[in-house]
Amino acid sequence: MTAQIAYADVEVGTELPARTFPVDRERLIRYAGASGDFNPIHWNERFAKDVGLPDVIAHGMFTMAEAARVITDWTGDPGALVEYGVRFTKPVVVPDDDQGAAIEVAAKVAKKLDDEARTVQVDLTVSSAGAKVLGMSRAVVRLA
Amino acid sequence: MALDQSFVGRTYPPSRPYEVGREKIREFAEAIGDDNPVYTDAEAARALGHPEVIAPPTFVFSVTFREAFTVVQDPELGLDYARVVHGGQRFVHHRPVRAGDLLSTTSTIESIKSLAGNEVLDVRGEVRDAAGEPVVTVHTKLVARAVEAAEGE
Repeated sequence: MTAQIAYADVEVGTELPARTFPVDRERLIRYAGASGDFNPIHWNERFAKDVGLPDVIAHGMFTMAEAARVITDWTGDPGALVEYGVRFTKPVVVPDDDQGAAIEVAAKVAKKLDDEARTVQVDLTVSSAGAKVLGMSRAVVRLA
Repeated sequence: MALDQSFVGRTYPPSRPYEVGREKIREFAEAIGDDNPVYTDAEAARALGHPEVIAPPTFVFSVTFREAFTVVQDPELGLDYARVVHGGQRFVHHRPVRAGDLLSTTSTIESIKSLAGNEVLDVRGEVRDAAGEPVVTVHTKLVARAVEAAEGE
């Protein structure tokens, strides 16, 4: 595994490049097909509203996958991502319009964990429409 | 009704193996909009020291989620599956999942807690390759939401 970021070059507080990921209904259909998760709350507005949601919502795992890209784009090698966990705290609501929704991801190095293994803890902040959608979102990354 | 604590520690046998295909990885990477060549180009993967194209870090959930949900659908556990939502997810990668892997998952109920009327289940999936070597440990938190009085259940 060959991360492009050296352990020696980061410190606690180092920010990873922030990203915004768009998500529309087509994206959710593609993700449903690729992941095998066909829960109708992710594509059927009538069903979503029947179960008390404001509208169709993104798969939590889709949001988790997008947030991970801030780390994998930073390291270059996705194999450098050793641990990754989140809580699904609020849904990403995806309206049926030209805009869809946006997932905003910021991340920073929170701890340097192990000088020998060259691992760091990265904390992520993931929000949509001004609300935090993932909680306790953190990763362990092995650097070069 | 609180769930039976004796289910904590119960292990469900390995699933039917799942063969990770190159084109399935490509489809997943395209679905999340990620064009990192390590997911689609074996040469690019080898340049980073991987023997084959690797899968995005959360890909393995599409392999394991059926197992985790099979556990909560165990009729003996008596959980109302219609109320179950995905509360949290964590992966510990022992190595990246890659094309050609034949993955089997053994699931264990790690804990059952009652929180404000919700039942919270932590299910651990150990994903191993054909040689029996660990590939990923998948921690899935499932929440069965409290039945509200208004629903009249």
